[in-house]
Amino acid sequence: MKPAGRISRLPILKEVEKWVDYKKLCWEEYTLAKVLLEMKNITKTFPGVKALDNVNLKVEEGEIHALVGENGAGKSTLMNVLSGIYPYGTYEGDIVYNGEVCKFGKIKDSEEKGIVIIHQELALIPYMTIGENMFLGNERGKSAAIDWNETYGEADKYLKMVGLSESSRVLVKDIGTGKQQLVEIAKALAKHAKLLILDEPTSSLNEKDSQALLDLMLKFKKEGMTSIIISHKLNEVAYVADKITVIRDGSTIETMDKHTTEISEDRIIQGMVGRELTDRFPKRHGVKIGDINMEVKNWTVHHPLYPERKVCDNVSIKVRKGEVVGISGLMGAGRTELAMSIFGQSYGTNISGQLYLNGKEVQLKTVKQAIKNKLAYVTEDRKGNGLVLTNPIKINTTLANLDSISPHKIIDKDKEYQVAEEYRGKLKTKCPTVEQNVGNLSGGNQQKVLLAKWMFADPDVLILDEPTRGIDVGAKYEIYCIINDLVAAGKSVVMISSELPEVLGMSDRIYIMNEGRIAGELSAEEASQEKIMSIIVNSGKGA
Amino acid sequence: MEKVNVSAFLRKYTMIIALVLVVLFFSITTEGKILFPQNINNLISQNAYVFVLATGMLLCILTGGNIDLSVGSVVCFTGAVGAMIMDKNVNVLAAILAMLIIGILIGMWQGFWIAYVKVPPFIATLAGMYAFRGLSNVVLQGLTVSIKSETFIKVFGGGADCYVPDLFGGEGFNMTCMLAGCIAVVILIAMQLKSRINNKSKGYETAPLGSTVAKIVIISAVILWISYKLASHKGIPTALIWILLVLLIYGYLTTKTRIGRYLYAVGGNEKATRLSGINTKKVYFIAYVNMGFLAALAGILTIARLTSAQPTYGQGYEMDAIGACFIGGASAYGGIGTVPGVVIGATLMGVINQGMSIMGMDVNYQKVVKGLVLLAAVAFDVLSKREKK
Repeated sequence: MKPAGRISRLPILKEVEKWVDYKKLCWEEYTLAKVLLEMKNITKTFPGVKALDNVNLKVEEGEIHALVGENGAGKSTLMNVLSGIYPYGTYEGDIVYNGEVCKFGKIKDSEEKGIVIIHQELALIPYMTIGENMFLGNERGKSAAIDWNETYGEADKYLKMVGLSESSRVLVKDIGTGKQQLVEIAKALAKHAKLLILDEPTSSLNEKDSQALLDLMLKFKKEGMTSIIISHKLNEVAYVADKITVIRDGSTIETMDKHTTEISEDRIIQGMVGRELTDRFPKRHGVKIGDINMEVKNWTVHHPLYPERKVCDNVSIKVRKGEVVGISGLMGAGRTELAMSIFGQSYGTNISGQLYLNGKEVQLKTVKQAIKNKLAYVTEDRKGNGLVLTNPIKINTTLANLDSISPHKIIDKDKEYQVAEEYRGKLKTKCPTVEQNVGNLSGGNQQKVLLAKWMFADPDVLILDEPTRGIDVGAKYEIYCIINDLVAAGKSVVMISSELPEVLGMSDRIYIMNEGRIAGELSAEEASQEKIMSIIVNSGKGA
Repeated sequence: MEKVNVSAFLRKYTMIIALVLVVLFFSITTEGKILFPQNINNLISQNAYVFVLATGMLLCILTGGNIDLSVGSVVCFTGAVGAMIMDKNVNVLAAILAMLIIGILIGMWQGFWIAYVKVPPFIATLAGMYAFRGLSNVVLQGLTVSIKSETFIKVFGGGADCYVPDLFGGEGFNMTCMLAGCIAVVILIAMQLKSRINNKSKGYETAPLGSTVAKIVIISAVILWISYKLASHKGIPTALIWILLVLLIYGYLTTKTRIGRYLYAVGGNEKATRLSGINTKKVYFIAYVNMGFLAALAGILTIARLTSAQPTYGQGYEMDAIGACFIGGASAYGGIGTVPGVVIGATLMGVINQGMSIMGMDVNYQKVVKGLVLLAAVAFDVLSKREKK
């Protein structure tokens, strides 16, 4: 040991050390610019459809690369090719990863190389603990003897890395969606991920959790992790990504580099839709705002399981004819609960307060009564609560107002078809026929069928809960147009949305909800993102 | 705060509490007859097939509430084949092997349709229920075939003295049995201690000392009490050895091995499991192959107990097994359920059966009670989950 210490003090060796350090630095710079992944001329055909057509993607080591494009553009397909869900041989083209051509036959193959994908729909098992979930398919210990202590010990370690303080022995169902997303990331880290692919990681998160997630991605980037993020939320993409590749109709359109070109949301949208969207929110012209159509006074709703908890606390709102009223707030502010409790008490217990429709006080105890009184609630969860996915469009369209097409309780099939066709034309739903199952449609078209269902119920007041969640820019625009048509026809629209630009762009008036209470009200002119956020923050402090 | 704990405690141990209450109820109504050593012995021997089948059924149910309706017929069919082979004076060991292999083949047949062709398990096993019942009749030509091999009958828990012989040869009280009980308790304590020390030294989380001690004390007391009761009669019924073997192996399998984990995972969220790189089809396949294997073992136990094979054996066994699983806390949607739960469920059903028989209750009403107990257990499961949401 001693001689080594003496030698290192020799001046010449110090020079050598300096030189070595310098070389290390060069090497690091060299590796930084190294291409980690290259997907060359990927073509993937499904029966009848070319989902990917000669797609090229180049990802450098240590960068965050965003993939953007409309729904059905082929982003997820591309990532499924990369991760081996579509095995080698079912597509054309090459995947070059870390300098070698890879032929992944199954997910395990790509994971062995450190490519880990986190899917849009969380792939966690609710009745298993965090630790069990994290090491599912990647168990610690021998296959005939799982080492649970090691499992939980390691799980806790990775949870710390993603900033979660929960014990890994907690069941996944007992933590919120934001934390579940973090568990997914911890799960990926436990697989020694070198390339992390996140498919719409923030689609079910609120603003705060989304921000935390993006910051975590930036932190990992500093530690040398390479990530690919697929997202619809362009502000997030612009915030986090080094490079942005736009995919449209199964082909790569362009790759933008944040460090060489100025990237704005409008610039990205232009690439995505292939034209310049001059205005993301269509203007309303000459819509007259009339009398009060719906008024809710002193509305208080209690939690169905914990009756001592107030979910909505003394809420009063009013909506006029021809008016779009936005309700903004963080997730869990009680917006959906408010809407559902108004809509025939479909949520909550001990509901008190008055509801006036068209000037008359009404008691709506069931959803049926609500529909009869010309109220409609378009759910945020179109797949779970809105549509019968295994049924065709026509059956879904008429479900909420079956009476009108079934004189004497017998369904008039011709009329059903006509109605469905009429709304398909009106809303420009893209589908081969109305006999198509709703489950086969894209998110945007599903949303249109859902809207058609409630428009056919002929309401005066429509409550739209997150009407554009998870749908692409083009379809969003069309939904906004439909909203404008509705108010132009004298209806009232209440729009609940977590996307601030949307609330600001569409509403005549905005209520801001926080912790079950109305924290503020702003007119379209005075409202801004900053004002809404500051109202939320300040009301939180007061409580 | 305390209130919450009490309700959580009740929810966790409902079935154990129910079992204790049911035992108390019957010991009053039968004037303690149900706790006679002889009756406890019978309880074990008579219900051996329930324990074995329910364990196999648990694995199927875990994969998503999938049940196997064919097990009763498979029990009968494998038993029939075994009896016929033994009737031809072939080596007993060969007959046993043949039965187990047939069980596995049947499992593979059904597993293939369920896992790879995606026929709903309910339908695939309903088909098996008809087919193997018919085949049993064909094999036995509609007759009763009696089993002559004494060794076979004794080893698998049938006949008059299917007990593990007392090594000490004492009269009356069976020392071997009591000793086995004591050894089991010592092993239990040693294992708990070892894992605790191990966890502490590596800095992992450990359960509070009090609850661990309480658990050990209660389990030890139950083991010693049963040993004492058994020892006062004729000792350890050989059927118990087979039950314990199955329970221990599958208890380990479900908690400590990968395949066990995958069974729970598939039932919890199939898509997530597939996206974790697990071959979910294989998991379904294995669950049903295993069910076939255990059905064959139950077949062996059944023909040994009844010392013959008849085309009507095994009728309704599938329902006993399914009932035991659900009463034992398995979820009808899959992903939840444990081997100890199955033990509780099967025991509860056995105690109710026996208690009512001793009381001299009409067999038809016994069925009504069994049905209501099953309904109550599953309704409770559904309600308690709703509350948690």
